[in-house]
Amino acid sequence: MSQLEIGPILRALLRNKVGALLIALQMAVTMTIIVNAVFIITERAALMQRESGLDEDNTFYLTSTGFGANFESRRVISEDLDLIRNTPGVVDAVQINAIPISGGGWSMSLTTEPGDDVEDVGTANYLVDDHALTTLNANLIAGEPFTASEVRWRARNQPDWPDTAIITRALANSLFPDTPWQETVGKTIYIGDDEPVIIKGIIEKLQAPWIGWENLEHAMLSPERMDTVSARYLIRTEPGDLNTMMATLEATLSDRYPDRIIRDVTTLTDTRERSYRHHSAMIKILSLVMVLLVVITAMGIVGLASFNVNRRRKQIGTRRALGASKAAIIRYFLLENWLISTAGIALGVILTVGLNMALIEWFSVRPLDWYYLPAGIIVFWIIGQLAALGPALKAAKVPPAVATRTI
Amino acid sequence: MFSYYLRLALQSLRRNPYLSSLMTLAIALGIGASMTTLTINYLMSSDPIPHKSKQLYYVQLDNWSPYSAAREPNDPPDQLTWRDATQLMSAAKAYRQSAMASSGAVIESGNPDIKPFLASLRLNFADFFPMFDAPFLYGNGWTSNDDDKRVPVIVLSKPINDRLFGGENSVGRYVTIENTQFRVTGVLDNWVLVPRFYDVTTDAFQSVEDVFIPFYFKQTLQLSNGGNTNCWKSPEGEGFEAFLQSECVNFQMWVELPTPADREEYFNYLNAYAEEQKALGRFPRPINNRLSDVMQWMENEKVVADDAQIMMWLAFLFLLVCLLNTVGLLLSKFSTRTSDIALRRAIGASRQAIFTQYILESALVGVLGGLFGLILANVGLIGIRSLYGDFISELATLDFTMISVAILLSILVSILAGSYPAWRACSVPPASQLKNQ
Repeated sequence: MSQLEIGPILRALLRNKVGALLIALQMAVTMTIIVNAVFIITERAALMQRESGLDEDNTFYLTSTGFGANFESRRVISEDLDLIRNTPGVVDAVQINAIPISGGGWSMSLTTEPGDDVEDVGTANYLVDDHALTTLNANLIAGEPFTASEVRWRARNQPDWPDTAIITRALANSLFPDTPWQETVGKTIYIGDDEPVIIKGIIEKLQAPWIGWENLEHAMLSPERMDTVSARYLIRTEPGDLNTMMATLEATLSDRYPDRIIRDVTTLTDTRERSYRHHSAMIKILSLVMVLLVVITAMGIVGLASFNVNRRRKQIGTRRALGASKAAIIRYFLLENWLISTAGIALGVILTVGLNMALIEWFSVRPLDWYYLPAGIIVFWIIGQLAALGPALKAAKVPPAVATRTI
Repeated sequence: MFSYYLRLALQSLRRNPYLSSLMTLAIALGIGASMTTLTINYLMSSDPIPHKSKQLYYVQLDNWSPYSAAREPNDPPDQLTWRDATQLMSAAKAYRQSAMASSGAVIESGNPDIKPFLASLRLNFADFFPMFDAPFLYGNGWTSNDDDKRVPVIVLSKPINDRLFGGENSVGRYVTIENTQFRVTGVLDNWVLVPRFYDVTTDAFQSVEDVFIPFYFKQTLQLSNGGNTNCWKSPEGEGFEAFLQSECVNFQMWVELPTPADREEYFNYLNAYAEEQKALGRFPRPINNRLSDVMQWMENEKVVADDAQIMMWLAFLFLLVCLLNTVGLLLSKFSTRTSDIALRRAIGASRQAIFTQYILESALVGVLGGLFGLILANVGLIGIRSLYGDFISELATLDFTMISVAILLSILVSILAGSYPAWRACSVPPASQLKNQ
């Protein structure tokens, strides 16, 4: 009994083509969905792993909107910042124009030479003051931080930029691909075609506001406060003090001036959750679909295999009576399932690649990495064998005496 | 005969509870998944203004940089500059037209009990209200004369009228924005637009704004920019006016053109306008203007999210697996009944009768699966609502069309699944199985 009974199994399968075909097709389509779903899930999970650079667990922001003719925005902003920074429990705070990973912000294009026909690099712009690095949890890896004296006021709709900037390492690398980032400090870059700005420092990491943007790691800090009635403050607290600080500061700031509204008090954790919500939803939905699909397909295989066993009880009994061991019966059914699975998996590989190509064509999905296919093949062989094991064991229990009855 | 077959089918389903529930479950899951995703796609892509969607056009002009398109491959920006929006409005070449913008401002009611609050603003022209069939509870919109004379008038949404005036008819009363008294000319009734098609440049599934004021107050009150502001070059000079005169886009414009001839004429006008601007040294790119009707614009702006479509196609494949599963299970089930069938055939039942009976049994599984699937689809929609948060909640309900689709789909699927097994069953020759009993 050392050789496998592939010949008889194939001939038996040909007599029951439809049943085998159904299992094979079902495995093929299941594999197509699951391999593509796992791929999409892995991609999305990798996106969600990216870090903004901020101390997200201990950072929140709020907006102060003044109204009425007597509202002095510059005075209010300066006094607010002093108050917030001197509140025990606050590490540091800045006025900022946009919140990283929140979805809304400013961007500009930068060039290394003046002129509008030069290759440009897009960046997110954050308008902050000399307290930016501690508030943003940014690690300065080259150059100098901003000083209080270089922070200027930007009037409403004032279009020009300060002379200095701190940029992220990723932005330095994109602007000067041939120069090590340490040496880009002191170089001049041009913002909006022809306005020169000198790189004062490099920080290790800070993300842009748009998580779907290809230049997510490009950010530029400018030393300025904005003269605006609607000011946004980004506040970093001591670990564990976030909730108390949110409540305290909202109340204190609201009470301080009657002609303003404090609104949108939001944590960075909530912002991340909202920005990445559609990715996390996709992951959860696809995972559920995968589980259900595997269960349905496995139950289908079990159902059909049991039916095959029942139908062949007499044949099995006859084989047992003629001397086949239990192991031989089990091997027969497992091998039969393996042949069917393999045909299904072969078709599944083609369909998987086909669906992936369709998704690339119609939606922004990346091509599948090659190793997903061998992994899928192995997993589906195992699923097929596990589903067939129960019925095969049942078949092995058919007593040889069955052969002698009803003939 | 029908009730007899039905009784046989029920009996047969009860005989194999494991197989029957497995089949029902498979169909229910397939239907549930397909209906959940189909509903989301159907509602996301629904026509928000069916009787007029072919007469309303979104205007795009290409004022962008000579070196790169506003959007790849060669699309114009999705919004207009202040200059172009106001000049197209002054020309008034369409039957109805409204440029618009979004903003926000603090509203003071004059009533000391009501704290000032920040409201979302839409800046638009008088035509906006009749053009988009805005429903009024009290009063009306304002007039074109109010637009041109910059009369401070305001239309309130229902929630804001409730908040400021306790839901009373507030026409003729005043609210203060940026130290200016605005007279209420009308109050909107509940206005739910899914998607909020008149401005989809940010999130297409937001609710309509809190209040509406004439467009030119953007300039008068120097209101902040809502939505996205994109510039291909920095404004020349400083201040608010420099921004308005710049190549920065932040404004949308819709026109109503009742006939194809009107559309043609308006499109020619846009091209002539672009030529005129070229003569003034603007519009460095080749002429590339667009007029998109409502559904074209929704398509262009990808209002139906890619993820929703991917999920829908995966759900249909899921349904296919469930279908294959059911075919296999029915086949096994029916083949245990060969002796039964042979006996019935031998005593006179026709092939057709056998076929009908077994198809009916499959359809019964389908109806049960479909009903159960509808429950699952509702659970699925609740799940999607909780996963995606509020912004999609308007979408996530099953309506009558979707329920009918679900039932029809499940019956179709089960009949499709049952026809091969039923055909196999009715081709059992009479008496073939009788001999070894």
